Amino acid sequence: MKEQPQISMLGERSILLQWSWDFSEENLYWLLEVRRFIENKLIKSKVEIINAYNSILVVYASTINVVYDDFIVLKSTDFSTIKNEEAKSRLYNIPVCYDAHFALDIDFLSEQNKLSKREIINLHTAPEYILYFMGFLPGFLYLGGMHKKLSVPRKNEPRLKIEKGAVGIAENQTGIYPKSSPGGWQIIGNCPLNFFDPNAENPSPFSAGDRIKFYEVDKEEYDEISELVKSGKHTLKSEIK
Amino acid sequence: MSDFIEVLSPGFYSTIQDLGRFGYAKFGVPQSGVMDSFSAQKSNLLLNNKQDAAVLEITMTGPVLKFHAACYFALSGAKFLTELNDMAIENDKAYFAAQGSVLRFKSLVSGFRSYLAIKDGFLSDVKLGSRSMYDGITDAVRLKKGDHLSVQVQEFKNQKSARVSFRESGIFKPGIEVFTGPEWKQIPETIKQRFLLDTFTVSKTGNRMAIQLDEKLPNKMQGIITGPVVPGTVQLTPAGKLIVLMRDCQVTGGYPRVLQLTEMAINTLAQKRPGDLINFKFK
Repeated sequence: MKEQPQISMLGERSILLQWSWDFSEENLYWLLEVRRFIENKLIKSKVEIINAYNSILVVYASTINVVYDDFIVLKSTDFSTIKNEEAKSRLYNIPVCYDAHFALDIDFLSEQNKLSKREIINLHTAPEYILYFMGFLPGFLYLGGMHKKLSVPRKNEPRLKIEKGAVGIAENQTGIYPKSSPGGWQIIGNCPLNFFDPNAENPSPFSAGDRIKFYEVDKEEYDEISELVKSGKHTLKSEIK
Repeated sequence: MSDFIEVLSPGFYSTIQDLGRFGYAKFGVPQSGVMDSFSAQKSNLLLNNKQDAAVLEITMTGPVLKFHAACYFALSGAKFLTELNDMAIENDKAYFAAQGSVLRFKSLVSGFRSYLAIKDGFLSDVKLGSRSMYDGITDAVRLKKGDHLSVQVQEFKNQKSARVSFRESGIFKPGIEVFTGPEWKQIPETIKQRFLLDTFTVSKTGNRMAIQLDEKLPNKMQGIITGPVVPGTVQLTPAGKLIVLMRDCQVTGGYPRVLQLTEMAINTLAQKRPGDLINFKFK
């Protein structure tokens, strides 16, 4: 965690910082500290900074000379002095309906991994997942912490259309499709919430480091929440932990 | 008075684009924006527009447009045979279209993407800081027949159009300038040479997200832990295919990032047609 990152230019207007360790919850919270440190203490020009599992990208609004000055500043920064603060994170409770209507691949998963549907749902709703970053589609959450027993390969033939809100599993990851899209994930349920709103100032309520816990709803509750979401009356509840 | 341009026919793939979105990558939002920023900015400069004025990006076959609003316009980038009513239009010059004029794009002469700038830019809705069309962000994803594109009505001023001289850009040449990418070091020396000596063919499957190259290189590299990518990142797939990410690319990827195109090289590649040949050279 304390080693110096590999620092390289990625094109003319981004700087990549990359560590060689594998990702973990502890490493993520440290990476987010580093991100804040770069944002608040090191770089003065207009940039956006994103993190992935074990890397940080600093993107400049234009190709200006200051990129190279900052590159030298970053190279000469001792990141090992950055402490892992007692990070408080937000926990969101997210409804998922595992009804057969949505769970297109739950039978396959059940057979493949020798688990009953009940066991699948219990395993999927048990952990507090951690949000590493968003990517793949606008509002798509890269979540860590899924139980190994749920791990399953992608479908051999991707579906041409997976519904918005579909909750799926691919290898050791679980995720939610923020909009309908082609995809090869094994679908086990659907979430009635919106994960991306291009008309909002903050198009997604989530940010890296947040925690997410799924809870099971039946089709009736799903439809009720759907209605509230549609009429703009649904509020996403979170608690600080 | 009407203040729009009517789309009589949309062309193969025409979208409104500006310089894209900045500050939303943390939500997984692509940068988007004009594929060839050099040509697009040239067309804006001819009209004294701001750099980020929205233009129409025209791909492979062009639209037919009716000016219900009189306005100044300019074309840059790919060269089409183009007519305003019955008058031939040249690239890189400002023109005035009177109310009722029809601008017709005919056959493509050179390049692949043309830019139509309108005085003060196209005035479509701004979503997340940009007018660049993108599925799931803007309401419209591409031009359709019958669309009304909002513009600012202009009065004709009897004055010579601005003369702007540009340095030779090389956007129609085969050379693609690159830097090494983060995973370049992991490639065996014998294969590294092939990146520079081989000629690559632009595949048929290119779009605004990525342009694939047809030739395969031997590759034993595994995927990487998903990490950031940007337009111009060249990925090497386990099957040995090269994928050059373009303006609508995702913000992260899991294939090794072997090369990185310069900004100018992205513009150059954006003007290549399927089947065109390119070669990489280090900047």
